Amino acid sequence: MDETALRQAVFATLHRIAPEVAPGELAPDRPLRDQVDLDSIDWLNFLLGLHDALGVEIPETDYAALVTLDDLVAYLRARVA
Amino acid sequence: MIEFKLPSLGAEMDEGTLLEWKVKPGDPVRKGDVVAVVDTSKSAIDVEIWDEGTIYELVLGLHETVPVGTVMARLLEPGETPEHAEEEKRKRAAETAAAPLPAAPAPAVAAAAAPGAATEARVRISPAARKRAAELGIAPAQIAGTGPDGTITREDVERAAATKAPPKDRWSEMRRAIAAAMARSKREIPHYYLATDIPLAVASRWLAERNEHRSVTERVLLAVPLLKAVARALVRYPEFNGHFRDGAFVPGAGIHLGVAISLRQGGLIAPAIRDVDALRIDELMHRLADLVARARALTLRSSEMTDATITVTNLGDQGVELVQGVIYPPQVALVGFGKVTARPWVEDGKVVAMPVVTASLAADHRASDGHRGALLLAEIARLLQDPRSLDDAAH
Repeated sequence: MDETALRQAVFATLHRIAPEVAPGELAPDRPLRDQVDLDSIDWLNFLLGLHDALGVEIPETDYAALVTLDDLVAYLRARVA
Repeated sequence: MIEFKLPSLGAEMDEGTLLEWKVKPGDPVRKGDVVAVVDTSKSAIDVEIWDEGTIYELVLGLHETVPVGTVMARLLEPGETPEHAEEEKRKRAAETAAAPLPAAPAPAVAAAAAPGAATEARVRISPAARKRAAELGIAPAQIAGTGPDGTITREDVERAAATKAPPKDRWSEMRRAIAAAMARSKREIPHYYLATDIPLAVASRWLAERNEHRSVTERVLLAVPLLKAVARALVRYPEFNGHFRDGAFVPGAGIHLGVAISLRQGGLIAPAIRDVDALRIDELMHRLADLVARARALTLRSSEMTDATITVTNLGDQGVELVQGVIYPPQVALVGFGKVTARPWVEDGKVVAMPVVTASLAADHRASDGHRGALLLAEIARLLQDPRSLDDAAH
């Protein structure tokens, strides 16, 4: 999966949890959860959505490394087949 | 014959609009079945029935707005014939019509106690007008009738439609419901407030170890042991779990935690998870995730809106450290948890960095005193130091 398709999959998952957010409004290099106001249940549901869409398992110990959208996309790219 | 009436859907939610019938005449129903979807000021609610029988007739039309207590449908009791139901209906209608008119205006309390009867007696409407009113989404009770005996005619409906206010805006309706409930709380409930800091090193470690080898689909959030600890503590301090009605505290029949959930479009809702003290940690996580998802999708059930015996608000990891809550009437307490942060903490004579949550209690001084409130918070703190024991089903 190329980066564009991956970003689209991430946005689609995010949209289901935070439908009011337009992808164009998000700064990819700024902390995602500050921009979108995701609480811990939203965050878990977001990861669940990514797990369903991409088959990637994100262990809890990796949460700290996933701050920005860029971080997340890079992380997923390394793991998506 | 059973009359199925619009149930109460929470404090200060006094009317509902029928969006959908989930049953039709002839359908058998059992306790807990969802029979209709009703729109309230906060959300669309799946309305459950608590009787067993067969749907005989649907009284309420689509898009009609009626007060709580209005007859929505009639059911045949097990073994009852339609003829018997018709007879019952005639009898009840005659009783309503024959009720002597009070010499003075009836006290407001009596009117509130029997809103169904009052509404049915008041609205006279021709079948064609009723049909047209339903199509236009206007409640007959809101239309002035000009026909014989004040009967509402089709022309009256058309006139009402022409002058009708624009459709309700969900957001302003929700603000209105929150304003009414919270103003009532601050007007009627003498709140007192307590707070304490709880160290969470043990609970956090226990949870991290538990989650480490689990798939994201089975992971448990810290909110779950917090909820469980509150429920367990309430077993020992039952005067915080229940309702204040008619000048007295009525203990809750179970420990049903209302979970405050903020909605993305603004506003909040606090539906209940029942019998939290008896749920294992995994089951509670499952219920919480399901409840949050359905609250955000606005598909809650009527019992979830009224069952809560206490509310828990969890500011989560994006919030602040302390909440001083407003009690949701007729409940008598609210437990709040702030954001978990690393703070300096003295342990064995040394200052260490400790994950700490500030737990707070807002309680009704009519039902409890500060000393017992302090003991409740201390019990919650104690239970969280032994998280493994929180996973027991029995206690």
